[in-house]
Amino acid sequence: MKYAPSRSSLLMAPALAWLAALMVVPCALVLALAFFRRGIYGGIEYTFTLENFGLVFDPLYAGIFLNSARIAGTATLVAVVIGYAAAYAIAAAPRRWQPVFLFFAVLPFWSNYLIRTYAWIVLLNREGLITQLLRWFGYTGEPPSMLYTEGAVIAGLVYNYLPFVILACYAPLSRLNPELAEASRDLGASAATTFRRVILPLTVPGIAAGAVFVFVLSIGNFVTPALLGGGRFQMIGNLVYDQFLTANDWPFGAALAMALIAIMLLVLMAQALAANRASGHASQAGGDTDG
Amino acid sequence: MNQSLTRTFGMRTILVLVFAFLYIPIAVLVALSFNEGGLPTAWSGFSLKWYVSLASNSAILSAALNTLIVALVSTAIATLLGTLLAIGIEMRRQYGKGLEALIFAPMIIPDIVLAIALLSFFSMLNLTMGLHTIIFAHVVFNLAFVCSVVRARLKSFDWSIVEASADLGASALTTFRRVTLPVIAPAVIAGALLAFTLSVDEFIIAFFTAGAGRASTTLPMQIYAMIRFGITPEINALATIVMAVSITALTLSQRLNRGIIGQ
Repeated sequence: MKYAPSRSSLLMAPALAWLAALMVVPCALVLALAFFRRGIYGGIEYTFTLENFGLVFDPLYAGIFLNSARIAGTATLVAVVIGYAAAYAIAAAPRRWQPVFLFFAVLPFWSNYLIRTYAWIVLLNREGLITQLLRWFGYTGEPPSMLYTEGAVIAGLVYNYLPFVILACYAPLSRLNPELAEASRDLGASAATTFRRVILPLTVPGIAAGAVFVFVLSIGNFVTPALLGGGRFQMIGNLVYDQFLTANDWPFGAALAMALIAIMLLVLMAQALAANRASGHASQAGGDTDG
Repeated sequence: MNQSLTRTFGMRTILVLVFAFLYIPIAVLVALSFNEGGLPTAWSGFSLKWYVSLASNSAILSAALNTLIVALVSTAIATLLGTLLAIGIEMRRQYGKGLEALIFAPMIIPDIVLAIALLSFFSMLNLTMGLHTIIFAHVVFNLAFVCSVVRARLKSFDWSIVEASADLGASALTTFRRVTLPVIAPAVIAGALLAFTLSVDEFIIAFFTAGAGRASTTLPMQIYAMIRFGITPEINALATIVMAVSITALTLSQRLNRGIIGQ
């Protein structure tokens, strides 16, 4: 080979050194921190302990984990249903319109996260657009309290991550071999059966990718619960934040962060499994058309 | 036309509803930024006064300057390191899964985890935190994004033209400048624009690595503080400007990338 590996290593060295010094070492440090004890006056006492991980399973904190999982799970479900329907509608639109629709579906995703979340405060607050619409329709009662509810947090998460789900689901939908659906219809399957037995299984990888993205980003989220939940709905991200910036219990915060990473890795592994199984389905379906 | 997807139950309705869901919140925000009245949510006439009042808000101006410094410096470093990394990786025919994971990690680690990791690291080193520590942190994820954009371009790169250049007697540097760089330039610029936007918009990591005091407050930190305080027409105006900047930069970046795919 023409290129000596040494030259390639030389080119990669500065970036890899940067990542090692400012990502690998700090993350290893957090992992180590999780095994130390909190000092009496804050700070860190360097004696080995597993207490912090035990505390993660304490009913109080385990409750917050379950709460986070429930909120993130609901947001994921809603985002996947809406996102898949949108991706399907885009993929079924005339070819020349598809890139335009896709572009405008993703565009909001490119604006600032804080601002997109703030937009929901403007909508949902007691004198916001929704209340005014209700009044316009003749509603005279108390303004509904929508902000600072679990529903608001879920709406914010769905809103923020929906474009990615649309993108992830569109990819396999647009690549579908039209002959497969045609064959299914010719063999007498209804549109619903064709969707359930042919289209849906072939697009599982896209759904899985979108779902993992929403779930992982939602469960570690701290901005949305803080702003739209008004601090009333603590999620893991908020708990980590508190340990580092207010409670000053860094070792426990570190253990929480590691638990968050563990959940993320589990979800990613589940996704890889789902993708593997789906590709098995796909090759089966592909074999059917060849034969 | 060969349609594999049946257009049964009101595809048009779905599209209209989804786009309404995506755009109404932003549209309301932008519209209210031009609202005359002090009430943040009731319309009372067109005005640019909130934009004018932004221009005299020193806290916002200094936050904007800080953001610009952080974004420009971190983008410059990340673009250089990320591009070299991409070339280094694509040069070799094989590389381990570990390397792939290391480069992928900054893009998927939850912000809050990287934020506390860097906070712990910097405070353990007794490093005074400020704009420089935010820059150090932003380069971490920015270089990963630049690298992935440039790598996508290099996938279709014909390395034999580099060999040809070398055979014709060009030095490695000349070959890079005259052969490799012109080919990857659109991807490098696209990657830089992406990095710039990510840095301008990044809040959590900046929040944790900015250190105490207001001196190194960035725009997202300023916006967060303002939002927590309440809805004001000024935030609407500021939000509109920040959105316009990010969307312009990313549309440009996308354009450059599409040009690549089109070739």
